[in-house]
Amino acid sequence: MQQPGRAAEIKAIGIGKSFGSFRALDNLTLDIGRGEFLTLLGPSGSGKTTFLMILAGFVQPTEGRLFSDGADITDRPAEQRAAGMVFQGYALFPHMSVEANIAFPLKVRKKSATEIKKRVGEMIERVGLIGHEKKLPSQLSGGQQQRVALARALVFEPGVLLLDEPFSALDKSLRGQMQAEMKRLHQETGTTFVFVTHDQSEALALSSRVAIFNHGKLLQVGAPDEVYDRPANRFVAEFLGEINMLPLKGVRSADDGATGLCEDRAVSLRGNPATVGANAILAIRPEHMSITREAAAGENGIAATAIASTYLGAATKLDLTTRQGAKVTVSVPNEIAAAALSKGNSVWLTWPAEKGFLLPDGGQ
Amino acid sequence: MRGVLSDRMGAALLMAPLLLFLGLAYAWPFLGVVKWSFTLPTPGLGQYKALLTDDLVQSVFIRTLRIAAIVTVVSVAAAYAITVVWVRGSPAQRLIAEFCILVPFWISVLTRAFGWVALLSNRGLINTWLQSIGFISEPLTLVRNEFGVIVGMTHFLIPFAVFPLASAMRSLDDRVLLAARGLGSSRMRTFWTVFVPMTRSGIIGSAMIVFVFSLGFFVTPAILGGGRSVMIAELIYLRIFQSPDWGLGAAISVVLVLFVGALMALLFRYVRPKQLI
Repeated sequence: MQQPGRAAEIKAIGIGKSFGSFRALDNLTLDIGRGEFLTLLGPSGSGKTTFLMILAGFVQPTEGRLFSDGADITDRPAEQRAAGMVFQGYALFPHMSVEANIAFPLKVRKKSATEIKKRVGEMIERVGLIGHEKKLPSQLSGGQQQRVALARALVFEPGVLLLDEPFSALDKSLRGQMQAEMKRLHQETGTTFVFVTHDQSEALALSSRVAIFNHGKLLQVGAPDEVYDRPANRFVAEFLGEINMLPLKGVRSADDGATGLCEDRAVSLRGNPATVGANAILAIRPEHMSITREAAAGENGIAATAIASTYLGAATKLDLTTRQGAKVTVSVPNEIAAAALSKGNSVWLTWPAEKGFLLPDGGQ
Repeated sequence: MRGVLSDRMGAALLMAPLLLFLGLAYAWPFLGVVKWSFTLPTPGLGQYKALLTDDLVQSVFIRTLRIAAIVTVVSVAAAYAITVVWVRGSPAQRLIAEFCILVPFWISVLTRAFGWVALLSNRGLINTWLQSIGFISEPLTLVRNEFGVIVGMTHFLIPFAVFPLASAMRSLDDRVLLAARGLGSSRMRTFWTVFVPMTRSGIIGSAMIVFVFSLGFFVTPAILGGGRSVMIAELIYLRIFQSPDWGLGAAISVVLVLFVGALMALLFRYVRPKQLI
């Protein structure tokens, strides 16, 4: 078992990478804390994988420096960085048994045969592969191969574990199982985990912090609830989940918040200072909006008409149009959706003041 | 083709001209050779018995196997190095490697054999040069012996050894190599413990092709061996056209074909055919 103190602390300063004229990563500065579970999230081509490859030492940054525990590792070759890595598709050695795959990093480090045997045995037990020691990777299921890849990357107790979309090839139920397992391994080893994914729910579920990338730029870093509830811009807001956006006029700062006019009705926000100018976008997650018959004076609310519904089992997704033609989606209990649709006329959409947030008008 | 003819029928039709040609030009005459081996000069198993007791035939067989084995090891090793550059080198390196692999195909085997004679003979380029720099006083015997044969055959066979290796190296997942380096393995170690074992099927296919080709080599050993390093194909030629002892020549041919056939069967058992191309 590894001491949490051995986890690495990583500092990236002004990292950039160009492939010819393509700018894959631009001026990235990011601190990765000791033992944290950081997820790099973004669409494909956003630069998240490039950054992971730079951390691993497989790609050399065009500019910027990279530090691990205070030491400059920018020019250090991959084999001297001691970062564990799990690849998309696992990249197991096809000609080696499960045991030999896991023993590989220890053999490279010239550990004694008895130590290798002991640590490989412990690792096989930890990832639940007892009985599969002598099998070749081709004789294992996807989930089992994934476990071998994790065991191989963790057996030499690296300061940081890098994971490149490790679950993309697994079916949904296995994915959930492996996610839980990875979270457990993170807690048990205390190692710093850097995880790349394009799946926002996976990112929110697993990480202590999420870093969101787009077009080679790091847009925002923060705890899952922070980036979900207070996205820095429209891209982050939309990428992390469905979101309703309404134009807000006459925005004015107030104590601990802001006020403005939404479809000619005064609305207020709390915990979200207005630094976006007189016109802005008011953004609210679908699960934070409710449907009511009336909106009380002083309550945030606008009138809308229900037009369609999608039954989701536990709840119903309801599509509405506001008086001024904005499209809004809400997630509501099934019977409320049915009532709103059968009425066929105007309902009120309401939301708590602390659940709305402002985004700059028009731009990203 | 689909819808008009079944796939199987289509394939059979496309292969028919080749099968017909092979049947008429090879299989039918070879059956004649098999017949000779049992009937000339007198009917019976006499020629096969003679094979077992004839010292010359046996020594030629052993020499052929020895030369083929050495040529195989040297060719596959050299081809492996060239193929690594061809498949994984920089664009400029690839171009140079491709040139080196393809150019030999444009020069006839005869020209190349005489080229080696010019280089290796007692008054050839290499001996003259070594003498002029004072490295040796007497010329080295580099040709009209096994050494010359091995050099000439290796040179001819390297390009053939390249293709199965290239196919194995191309299908290799780069991430596996990255994984090895990321786990702490040096480039050298990654090459020997991951890259080479993962191209094993290519090495086997390449070795089999070179070995089988070597067994039947005629022109190169005849010229570079200078009659002193006779290989099996040349012995068959001598028995048929010079002795003449058609029955024995035929019996040697049959044994050679059976031996090569057995090797090919072994090859296809361990390596999928598509890995050879």
